[in-house]
Amino acid sequence: MSEVPVGTLDIRTIQSGLRTRRFSAVELAQAALAHAEAENPKTNAYLELCGERALGAARRVDEALAAGREPGPLAGVPVAVKDVITTRGVRTTCGSRLLANFRPPYDATAVRRLEDAGAVILGKTNCDEFAMGSSNENSAYGPVRNPHDLERVPGGSSGGSAAAVAQGTAVAALGSDTGGSIRQPASFCGVVGVTPSYGRVSRYGLVAFASSLDHIGPLARSVYDAALVLEVIAGRDEMDATSAQVATSSYTSVLDDDIRGLRIGLPKEYFTDLASETGELVMKGVAVLEGLGAEVRPISLPHTDYAVACYYIIATAEASSNLARYDGVRYTTRSAQADSLQSMYRLTRGSGFGTECKRRIMLGTYVLSHGYYDAYYLKAQKVRTLIARDFEKAFAEVDAIIAPVSPSPAFRLGEKTNDPMEMYLSDIYTITGDLAGIPCMSVPCGFTAAGLPVGMQILARHFDESGMFRLAGAYERASR
Amino acid sequence: MKITEREVTYVAQLGNLELTEDETRRMAVDLNDILSHIDKLNELDTAGVEPMRQVVYGGGEALELRADEPRPVLGAEEALANAPLAGSGHFKVPRVIER
Repeated sequence: MSEVPVGTLDIRTIQSGLRTRRFSAVELAQAALAHAEAENPKTNAYLELCGERALGAARRVDEALAAGREPGPLAGVPVAVKDVITTRGVRTTCGSRLLANFRPPYDATAVRRLEDAGAVILGKTNCDEFAMGSSNENSAYGPVRNPHDLERVPGGSSGGSAAAVAQGTAVAALGSDTGGSIRQPASFCGVVGVTPSYGRVSRYGLVAFASSLDHIGPLARSVYDAALVLEVIAGRDEMDATSAQVATSSYTSVLDDDIRGLRIGLPKEYFTDLASETGELVMKGVAVLEGLGAEVRPISLPHTDYAVACYYIIATAEASSNLARYDGVRYTTRSAQADSLQSMYRLTRGSGFGTECKRRIMLGTYVLSHGYYDAYYLKAQKVRTLIARDFEKAFAEVDAIIAPVSPSPAFRLGEKTNDPMEMYLSDIYTITGDLAGIPCMSVPCGFTAAGLPVGMQILARHFDESGMFRLAGAYERASR
Repeated sequence: MKITEREVTYVAQLGNLELTEDETRRMAVDLNDILSHIDKLNELDTAGVEPMRQVVYGGGEALELRADEPRPVLGAEEALANAPLAGSGHFKVPRVIER
């Protein structure tokens, strides 16, 4: 099947290829699996390939086509799934030693919706342990390398998903985003990454990190492919009470719309502390949108500077509670040294969690502990209100906001591992969108002189994914 | 110092985390760094500001829970399948009660 160019296919090409019988879904899946297996040692993007499951899904697509049935909008599309999202019977480690042999008894709703739409899940992608990190260096299974420069990080925590899509070993991938974990790796790897509105996509089957901030979203090589995957996974799910009862619409149908007259805000707080090339590339992107008739104006989001502090209280407090379940009773791993119940908890967790998880459990436990709750947790929730209000006020004046994703492009492996605070501060421009719960995405906007990709962030009002995609579609078309 | 090594040990107990001496020392340094940054929040006057506990949507959507009707759930066998130690339909743990 060397004639199937699996590394560069997009969803539309796959649909026409299947329907004109240029290749079958099984042939495509076989080629994609072989390609992923051959290429993966370069980046370590996949932790596991699930060939049997993939071929089963592909066979169902071929049967549907042979019987003249509609096989679904993602028929045959090779997709990768971040390893914090459950797949029935397929190992789901969350990048942690603690879940080294965990085989979930059910599929996440997003996974089920992908397969119902005909997608072929190839495997599970590497990530920072329990999605905690900005570089993918916190995985118990080794770091992922950036396909654009193997000495650099792919970003995190959805580093494996971004690298697989960039490398061409998946056409699209699911990631999760709590403080930037889809958009930042998307920008570092030069792909499109979407964090939908909080509540837009069901989290049933997403292993919980910080429940008031966690999102599932797509990564892909084009805006169209990302929009289509989001269309498939979006919408109310009765298995997740936090999924919103808000109508979804076709995000792919707005990509060719005119953007003349759309008002775009540039928050001045997001452009003060940037690598110069990053700032220049984002501003070139803004100029493209202006050239298409968008009205660009400066705005202010005055509480931006408090976002990192606010986030690292709320996220770690929620994480310390969510990670309490890994105690040696139910999930695969227990310390062999334990001779009492209490020592079983302590030793299992002490030897099972990596450094970053321990740090966040400690911080979260501390800010929730007696005497500190009001000073830290309650205070942070109030500041979160102020940050969300900044956006509300801004969106009274503008239809969308353009900003950088990350202050600088992909850094070197090991460059920031010794200074957690510096690593946290680099999340500043992505954390705010998660705190407010609004839709945001990273769109590739060019390369630095050293050949590293840079992403431009688009943020929109609650549930206005259509407005966000309209801009992304127009930008991609004009910049190609 | 925002947090001492002794406090780190206490919080580790609350969080059921066994830390080595090295880890405790390093944890105190890291948490001090982070907590010093977090102090920034005290620059803001938040009197009268409602805490944001969840993302609240602008629209008038009603929170509708699904009907509370019995339905098939995970069976005991599947629920126990990932346990490090199980038997007779139960999770097994070190002895808690002295006979």
